[in-house]
Amino acid sequence: MSATAGRRLEAPQAVVERALAASRSDGCAVIVEEISQAEVRFANNTTTTNGVRRDRRVVVVSFRSLPDGGEGAGGVGAGPTAVGVASASGIVDVEKLVGASEAEAGRAPPADDAAPLIEGDAASAAGADFDRGPETTSPAVLAGVVGGLGGAFDRARAGGNLLAGFATHGVSTTYVGTSTGVRRRHVQPAGTMELVARSGDGTRSAWAGRGTATFEDIDIAAFEARVIERLGWAKRTVELPPGRYEVLLPPDATADLMVPMSEAMSGRDAEEGRSAFAAPGGRTKVGESLASLPFDLRGDPKEPGLECAPFLATGASGTDVSVFDNGLPVGPTHWIAGGRLERLRYHRAGAARSGVEPAPPVDNLVLELPRATTTLDDMVARTERALLLTCLWYIREVDPVTLLLTGLTRDGVYLVENGEVVGAVNNFRFNESPLEVLARATEASRSERGLSREWGEWQPRTAMPALRVAEFNMSSVSPAT
Amino acid sequence: MTAASRSDLGEFGDLPVAEVRSAALERAEQLGCRHAEVRIEHIRSQFVALRDGKVETTVDDTEIGVGLRVVRNGSIGFAATVEVHPHAAAALAEEAVRLADETAATLGTPVELADEPPHGHDYWASPYEVDPAGVEQADKVALLEEWSSRLLAAGSVDHVTARVLAVVEDKIYADLSGTVTEQRRVRIHPVVEAIAVDESTGTFESMRTLAPPVGRGWEYTAGDGWDWDAELEAMPELLAEKMASPSVEAGTYDLVIDPSNLWLTIHESVGHATELDRALGYEAAYAGTSFATFDQLGTLRYGSPVMQVTGDRVTPHGLASVKYDDEGVVAQLFDIVRDGVLVGYQLDRRMAADNGFTRSNGCAFADSPLHVPIQRMANVSLQPAPGHGPTTEELCSGVERGIYIMGDKSWSIDMQRYNFQFTGQRFYRISGGRLAGQLKDVAYQAQTTEFWGSLEAVGGTSTYVLGGAFNCGKGQPGQVAPVSHGCPSALFRGIRVLNTRAEAGS
Repeated sequence: MSATAGRRLEAPQAVVERALAASRSDGCAVIVEEISQAEVRFANNTTTTNGVRRDRRVVVVSFRSLPDGGEGAGGVGAGPTAVGVASASGIVDVEKLVGASEAEAGRAPPADDAAPLIEGDAASAAGADFDRGPETTSPAVLAGVVGGLGGAFDRARAGGNLLAGFATHGVSTTYVGTSTGVRRRHVQPAGTMELVARSGDGTRSAWAGRGTATFEDIDIAAFEARVIERLGWAKRTVELPPGRYEVLLPPDATADLMVPMSEAMSGRDAEEGRSAFAAPGGRTKVGESLASLPFDLRGDPKEPGLECAPFLATGASGTDVSVFDNGLPVGPTHWIAGGRLERLRYHRAGAARSGVEPAPPVDNLVLELPRATTTLDDMVARTERALLLTCLWYIREVDPVTLLLTGLTRDGVYLVENGEVVGAVNNFRFNESPLEVLARATEASRSERGLSREWGEWQPRTAMPALRVAEFNMSSVSPAT
Repeated sequence: MTAASRSDLGEFGDLPVAEVRSAALERAEQLGCRHAEVRIEHIRSQFVALRDGKVETTVDDTEIGVGLRVVRNGSIGFAATVEVHPHAAAALAEEAVRLADETAATLGTPVELADEPPHGHDYWASPYEVDPAGVEQADKVALLEEWSSRLLAAGSVDHVTARVLAVVEDKIYADLSGTVTEQRRVRIHPVVEAIAVDESTGTFESMRTLAPPVGRGWEYTAGDGWDWDAELEAMPELLAEKMASPSVEAGTYDLVIDPSNLWLTIHESVGHATELDRALGYEAAYAGTSFATFDQLGTLRYGSPVMQVTGDRVTPHGLASVKYDDEGVVAQLFDIVRDGVLVGYQLDRRMAADNGFTRSNGCAFADSPLHVPIQRMANVSLQPAPGHGPTTEELCSGVERGIYIMGDKSWSIDMQRYNFQFTGQRFYRISGGRLAGQLKDVAYQAQTTEFWGSLEAVGGTSTYVLGGAFNCGKGQPGQVAPVSHGCPSALFRGIRVLNTRAEAGS
């Protein structure tokens, strides 16, 4: 009989403590993530798939101190350390999982990202939070959306339009415990609402999307009104050729470009000369001006409406993220300040090697022009001739040297002339670098919550300005509608 | 626990899989569901990545769970949990039925599923020799260390990343018709990339192995299906040549495209465009629709008459190959493009029933027990020329001014699958029918039907390679699917080529 036969799921904190108790290695970190999710999907004026799920992920990281040939062991990460990681979902045989991670650590070479484990601090010792159970969601959170869809489908049918979209809400509760006394818990609610309207003949389309923590701020009628208004704008169409155009990027499209740029901000890649943030001569671009406007690009776990984890929890090391850093506090971080590149991402071991401060990733992203008060509507009103975009799609890196990205405009490109939208324009394939977009931005609105169409599933917590960008490179026309 | 209640797939161990599947289906039937299908899965994923010969990432993950989809009164409900327990499974049936009922009011079209005969209790495993999950992570690290050291020893290489992802997917499926299937799929993808940096100018170039991901075991890394030694040995010099090569002059060129690049163009411009759910608008909010609309079935001129494309879930070592799909439908081989004309779509049971097909062609898949099955891509493959057919050299010999493209890199296509742009790993200038050294900064851009219309010739079977990817994305919530694409080398006339540095404005 195995350890799991006939068992139900036990409390996540109990899994953390049982794994730490079972650990025979020199150090151990345990992460339990409890995920509750509900969604409704619809297309062609009908709901298609509706689901609920309960997920649990358990990660055990075992650390093994290795002889360092002299100075004496100073604890895990103080000298050469091997690491092993094993993870599983569901009703986990905890002792077996601990054993698997220890077996892996037993044969692993010294880890390149070794650092002393994070010590439990006051935030951990508070403890009360850690003892609380996981939070959940349910289809009831989406009741307002589902309730509104029936009428919206009827109106779409009457108007000869087709609605499609997706509403999802999830809550993930993360518990981190280490053999050095860290006990942290974080509850991350996350949701997105997206609505697409297409004319029955498929020639016109419009999109609206938003990230939300609660769905209390989602008004399905407002989504419907927005996409129907935009289908109306598209009744007059203007064919334009490829070329360089002044564009107005709404916050959603700005997020489409800023999220991949922030993902490319690896300190080590830049130092090694293999990123767009590298400078000739083995240096990085930290300290260099990236924009003519004094933009700030930052993350902050306490950003109102975009709250995210104030500590690191990771089951896999990477170039700038380390399993040794589990429990590391994550605070407000400026990546770009006043238009200058302020810092790049580093885990603690990498930061120590490079003589900089550690900079773990922050799970939200804000681009703002301090003291900006203008709105996208104001910017449209001040426009002589430009393309107003809706969102970007199928964005992929073409050349990491310049961070050149390609992708498409999608579900609404509008020609603005003399302060007014005068019609819809065909879609384009663009080839542009977000670094060039920042450098050539001539105007920015105040920042507001925007949802990246391309990356919103992974990063729904973004606040962005609308941007006016000169000479945006529309490389070819896409006949897609 | 009795022996009879155990799965034939040993990975499930003592989990009460038979009780769980019965509990879910029985409760669904009691609640009046006309159709219900349950999947219990155990997915082992192991990943190791080295940077400059040192371990950067290791993942050894086991995903277990149970998912239940029901159709009741024409409405679909799906519920899933990681708690593989009979009580939890019965509760899933109640949750799924509640969801189906709650959304019945917003249902425009009642859901029907095309008939599929019951297949009894059957077992299948994809062909593999060595279970990668049985190879210790340390041995995976050791192999990548050795591969990395070969490249780092070369003067032209400044950095090396090496990684391997191996997946063993065990899936038990059962439905109310009486079909019970137990299937194992094994797949692996080793990748090595070398990077050269010019610190004085702040530029760099990379070159990646062309070895495709395959439905094989650890034996793949030892040369079963790919010559790793030859590929690794050639890379430093190829990278040095690329670093020193001239930047392409943008313009119109004839292209000879190697299977290591063409598979991805097929995936994006034919594979996704011929998914019927997309063509009918069911992915309009996310993955997109298709220019290849259903009313053009049998008439759409997709490409030149030499274009023959099939879909299949049966190719040995194919990443989409199975014996039964995730709706209990038997794997099949079918035509998609015949003599350049669109003649078929990829289907699931719902799309088949809605559109007059008597049977699904078996393209339903869910990437996790916690996700609902949706129509996913078969192995969509371009057929080589009949008989011996031309070699790649023979295809190049017919080109006065062109480029031979190897390996995939950047890719992007619009939401109706018209306008695409691809780059690659290596680009050779073709001058007077011969290769004349590498070029760099190449991207090709085209509209799908113009591109395939410009297909002048396909290579013979000697040029045919099964490429593919682990990470094809579709659906909301997002699902990733592994899929293979076989193709020969092929010659395309008059394709637009961009210079990517010029596109960046530099």
